[in-house]
Amino acid sequence: MRITCPFCGERELGEFTYLGDAKPARPAPGASEDEVYDYVYLRDNIAGVMDESWYHGGGCRAWLKVTRNTLTHEISAVEPAPGAGARQVAK
Amino acid sequence: MKYSIFSLARAALSGHKNWQRTWRDATPKDRYDVVIIGGGGHGLATAWFLASEYGIRNVAVVEKGWIGSGNAGRNTTIIRSNYGLPGNTGFYELSMKLWERMEQDLNYNAMVSQRGVLNLYHSDAQRDAYARRGNTMRINGIDAELLDQAALKKMLPFLNFDHARFPVQGGLLQRRGGTARHDAVAWGYAHAASELGVDIIQNCEVTGFVRDANGKVTGVETSRGRIGAGKVGMAVAGSSSRVADMAGLRLPIESHVLQAFVSEAIKPLIPGVMTFGAGHFYVSQSDKGGLVFGGDIDGYNSYAQRGNLPVMEDVCEGGMAIIPMIGRVRLLRQWGGIMDMSMDGSPIIDKTPVDGLYLNAGWCYGGFKATPGSGLVFAHLIARDESHKEAARFRLDRFRAGAMIDEKGQGAQPNLH
Repeated sequence: MRITCPFCGERELGEFTYLGDAKPARPAPGASEDEVYDYVYLRDNIAGVMDESWYHGGGCRAWLKVTRNTLTHEISAVEPAPGAGARQVAK
Repeated sequence: MKYSIFSLARAALSGHKNWQRTWRDATPKDRYDVVIIGGGGHGLATAWFLASEYGIRNVAVVEKGWIGSGNAGRNTTIIRSNYGLPGNTGFYELSMKLWERMEQDLNYNAMVSQRGVLNLYHSDAQRDAYARRGNTMRINGIDAELLDQAALKKMLPFLNFDHARFPVQGGLLQRRGGTARHDAVAWGYAHAASELGVDIIQNCEVTGFVRDANGKVTGVETSRGRIGAGKVGMAVAGSSSRVADMAGLRLPIESHVLQAFVSEAIKPLIPGVMTFGAGHFYVSQSDKGGLVFGGDIDGYNSYAQRGNLPVMEDVCEGGMAIIPMIGRVRLLRQWGGIMDMSMDGSPIIDKTPVDGLYLNAGWCYGGFKATPGSGLVFAHLIARDESHKEAARFRLDRFRAGAMIDEKGQGAQPNLH
């Protein structure tokens, strides 16, 4: 598996660290216990195409949103994760 | 079919041409008291304990491929009970005791070999942590010995005692730990369960649950038709989330790929199981001579049963750090299995919010050694509708309640356990 970083180009997997499913979003401070439990512990654990958060620690140190198939490891899209880096690319 | 020295002698006289199939490949009936999804070690063990300990013999094990085709045949075959936290310590020792009598219980040779499991330590702090774990084990009646460097130099002179960064300083040894032949464990439980009337149904993939008006599970839809059930138990390892999803459940589990490796055969070198304490590497030597070893999961969600090269490099570096002389041994084979990594690194054996559906999942790296214990406590849960006392902490609601069993202290990040 190789990941094409939007900042650095195609790099080997060892340069990247995996966080997980990009979908869970931190609940608002006043959220219910159920919402926090869901965010921290429950996962869709998708068998198929999934958006994921990866960190390019061995390169540009940017967070990336990688769209990858968990059944085949095929990567269909890589974008900067929302944040400062994404704004740089948008210019 | 009863196996003994006499059956072996009889078979030898006819040139070993008349061995009977050791278990019955069944076709599904309309209904069973209990249907177990998953014909791996855990599912087959559960069926056997249901039949032998709890008197429930109208049981089917449904398996989408062939029995033992998943993680039962993909692990590094290690058995041990060297856990430190309440919940784990007692459970894995229960399992260890069942390993010690498994072959007699099942009338099947699973090549259980108590050749010892040695965890190496590489610093004073790690020695203290291992001493603590060893004491926890001994207080709970489990054998553990803390060995210093002088003792290891006599036992294993080839270890890297002078490594600049991670010198081998000693180790925690559990002599009763060891290895077993993983395929034979699945076959042995299939053999013994089948003798007691359990139906083992292969090439039978579950495609949905049958529910009554109250939502209770009353059967499963399969690729071989509908099968009615009084109760349904899931023991499907890396597929837990996919099967639970058919019942509308989300689980605190991610599926990850774990690789294992075998080298070419070499002369007897490694007497038991050894683990590297400063990285992640565990190794034993099979009776055929190959070094069987593994390390970390790849770290990303996967259902692909194959991994990537960075982990292979990392694992081999771990091996080289403690046994530099294996550098010239060639790698023969490598494969991957799908782990159901839970949010605290410990398993879940519990009823689910869906009436009639029981869950056995979240085994992370540790499913093989747990096989007999898992079968016993899961059968207990299904038969009695209450947790076995050694599995009372493996609850599904422990994440919500804050009663985690986090042996590694990593928090809710499955790829770090």
